Amino acid sequence: MGTSPYGSRRAKNLVAQALAVLATIFGLFWLVWILWTTFSKGLGSLNLALFTQMTPPPGETGGMLNAFFGSVVMSLLGIAFGAPIGVLAGTYLAEYSQKSWIGETVRFVNDILLSAPSIVLGLFVYTLVVAQMGHFSALAGAIALAFIVLPVVVRTTDEMLRLVPSQMREAALSLGVPQWKVIVQVLYRASLPGIVTGILLALARISGETAPLLFTALNNQYWTTDILAPMANVPVVIFQYAMSPYDSWHTLAWAGAFILTLFVLVVSLAARAIVSRNKIVHD
Amino acid sequence: MNDARLAVATSSRDLHLSPAPAIKLAARGLDFHYGTFRAVTDINLDMPEKRVTALIGPSGCGKSTLLRIFNRIYALYPKQVASGEVLLDGDNILDPKYPMNRLRSKIGMVFQKPVPFPMTIYENVAYGIRHHERLSKAEMDFRVEQALHQAALWNEVKDKLKQNALGLSGGQQQRLCIARAVALRPEVLLLDEPTSALDPISTSKIEQLIEELKQDYTIVIVTHNMQQAARVSDYTAFMYLGELIEHGTTETIFSNPSKQQTEDYITGRFG
Repeated sequence: MGTSPYGSRRAKNLVAQALAVLATIFGLFWLVWILWTTFSKGLGSLNLALFTQMTPPPGETGGMLNAFFGSVVMSLLGIAFGAPIGVLAGTYLAEYSQKSWIGETVRFVNDILLSAPSIVLGLFVYTLVVAQMGHFSALAGAIALAFIVLPVVVRTTDEMLRLVPSQMREAALSLGVPQWKVIVQVLYRASLPGIVTGILLALARISGETAPLLFTALNNQYWTTDILAPMANVPVVIFQYAMSPYDSWHTLAWAGAFILTLFVLVVSLAARAIVSRNKIVHD
Repeated sequence: MNDARLAVATSSRDLHLSPAPAIKLAARGLDFHYGTFRAVTDINLDMPEKRVTALIGPSGCGKSTLLRIFNRIYALYPKQVASGEVLLDGDNILDPKYPMNRLRSKIGMVFQKPVPFPMTIYENVAYGIRHHERLSKAEMDFRVEQALHQAALWNEVKDKLKQNALGLSGGQQQRLCIARAVALRPEVLLLDEPTSALDPISTSKIEQLIEELKQDYTIVIVTHNMQQAARVSDYTAFMYLGELIEHGTTETIFSNPSKQQTEDYITGRFG
């Protein structure tokens, strides 16, 4: 009786469970620490001037209005360039490529692009756009961000469309409706929450990217709406201010980091909300 | 000329049937390949007009494959090739010159799993019609109502036509899919195991519906359920390993099959 295998199985289970829980706590610990530091230091640095004034020279007070504006402009432009191409390419992969070698190759190359270091993309756009134009610009920054958006959107569009049951395609096609209409009117509708989520996650990702902007948009201490000129942006401002020896700049960097983190958090939560609200069980 | 040949084929095969209905859909020397694998071999089968023909046989015997040839839905996938002839009113629909648009509006299909489109109940039924015909709002309302009546669904959904179709139960969704198919006023309905994902009550509703639909449509149904084949069909074709083993009136096939394999299958000795 006492030698039944259940005792030792229970012990092994306990050990495995304890290890898994410890690993989870270890991971969460750092995340919570990072968030705590950002929030406690950032929250204290918040004030109205942050959103109404420009980035100041050392020692003076100011805000980050130009940087927020620049980040919004470049992120939205990056999405505007990257998302439509990504959705179309993902549609090609899921609906038209039919396991052909070219489809498989594009899918593989896209996965490489997905994990490409963003600094490499920044350098690429530097040679492609900045060197040609002869100066840094917000446009170049947006193009660099678009290269980060592209593979994310291709991947999610491809996967979300392939989640649509093939019988839905067949049912629509068996009504005599041509394939492009079926894709636009039925399949996009079925996979819209997933595709939108992919675009939101891409937005969250690029809003914090620093490396590609260092080589492209650079920075600008002043207000500008000219996308052909260098433009301030939150990540690069945080980078420069945090590296500086000035306390007032440190405070601003923390405030910027806080707003950036908050933004990414809100976008991620929105993406999750969309997914869970539209969860449709197909079988 | 085709009609004459069909008539000969029918009369020699079904002499005991009276009166012999016209042949709506017919397979002639039909082969089907998935890549190098031959899934269906030399099928010759007549499907009479406004009758229900059931395709039965064990899993993998090619009965669903055969059904999927009849509206060329297989053509969606590369490496799937059909050869031979499928005659709809004497015209070969496998001829690449046969317009896909016309084929799909004449032959409707309902699938195993109910797959409503992610739209309202009304839009689900109107969707196919919109592609083929320009109708006024009133005409469209009429067609949608008519199709829902034909699918025996109208009374359950008439107050929620603007609601999302995904909120319907499985059985209602399947009847919606039938409404969507009959809304185009096809001549032939292909049903691919239409009740295998449904509960017994929904199943009996669909079976009653098939009984009514055959007043207007030629129906070909694939089923795993032999009682269902016996209940709803007028003709039964038994397939095994991609070949048509036996074909005749449902009564004959179930009470007095001429082939040993058929008898073994319908009595449950294999399959």
